[in-house]
Amino acid sequence: MMTPLHKQLLNDYQRNFPLSPTPYQDIATELGVSEIEVINALTELNETDVITRIGPVIPPNRIGVSTLAAMAVPEAQLHDIAQIVSAYPEVNHNYEREHRFNLWFVIIASGAGHLQQVIARIEQQTGYSVMSLPLVDDYFIDLSFRMDLHDC
Amino acid sequence: MIVDVKDRQLLEAFQQGLAISPRPYADLGNRLGLSENEVIERLDRLKQAGLIKRLGVIVRHRKLGYRANAMVVWDIPDEQAREFGRRISSFEFVTLCYRRPRHGAGWPYNLYCMIHGKNRETVLEQLSVLEQACKLSGFKREILFSRRCFKQRGAIYQNAAPLIQPALANG
Repeated sequence: MMTPLHKQLLNDYQRNFPLSPTPYQDIATELGVSEIEVINALTELNETDVITRIGPVIPPNRIGVSTLAAMAVPEAQLHDIAQIVSAYPEVNHNYEREHRFNLWFVIIASGAGHLQQVIARIEQQTGYSVMSLPLVDDYFIDLSFRMDLHDC
Repeated sequence: MIVDVKDRQLLEAFQQGLAISPRPYADLGNRLGLSENEVIERLDRLKQAGLIKRLGVIVRHRKLGYRANAMVVWDIPDEQAREFGRRISSFEFVTLCYRRPRHGAGWPYNLYCMIHGKNRETVLEQLSVLEQACKLSGFKREILFSRRCFKQRGAIYQNAAPLIQPALANG
């Protein structure tokens, strides 16, 4: 069950999390509650997997090289191929989407050579080709947005 | 800005998640041999330089009832992509917008945006508002709703990364 404090933490602290020695105390002061309440609420959100973590979002291609990759695989094999792809530590955000290209994932590697290597190994291991769509221009990468949590 | 080895180690450790305890930056520093002060100063500098785009709680939208997620792709003349991209980005329900290369006849799309909503109907309504306002209706377009999520993890870059790139204004 979500309390008003949970909801405030979720919507108001996706960005500009305090960079101070006592960030949870700072948040508590801003919200008029105690530090332990903030810590408990965030721990609950973390343990129930509502948040994945508190941390930074790093823009693509600033440190390392990344690409968006897609594969078109038969429905019957999708689950197995998705498991193969997900097993790569370089892969994140692996999703099934409704399209002929039905498997979409992001690869992050240390450099262009490493990225090519990962793509080649996935192709070899699965027997299907990987369409690589590296970023050309970024108009907006934020990933924080205001959620309507009234019915949570 | 020069990103040194310590900065990179710090970002790597920080991406694993900040401790939910009273002095989390001190805890982070202890693991790396940095003082609390140094951790905060370095992170502040990385944030100013744009190497940290955002700092805060990272939410699983699906857990909060935002189950519909559409990747919408258009085939727009390259020279107009930036202008359309800017317009699309101004909508609050749009969480990502970028240009990527086309890929042969089977994938002629170059402009992408991501829309999150509680259900498919909401997302489609938002898309229709967006397309009307941005005058996007004449272009070839597809909507790719997500089905299963096989893996969701933050953009944790690899430990092996030897590459240190100077921060340029626009990446």
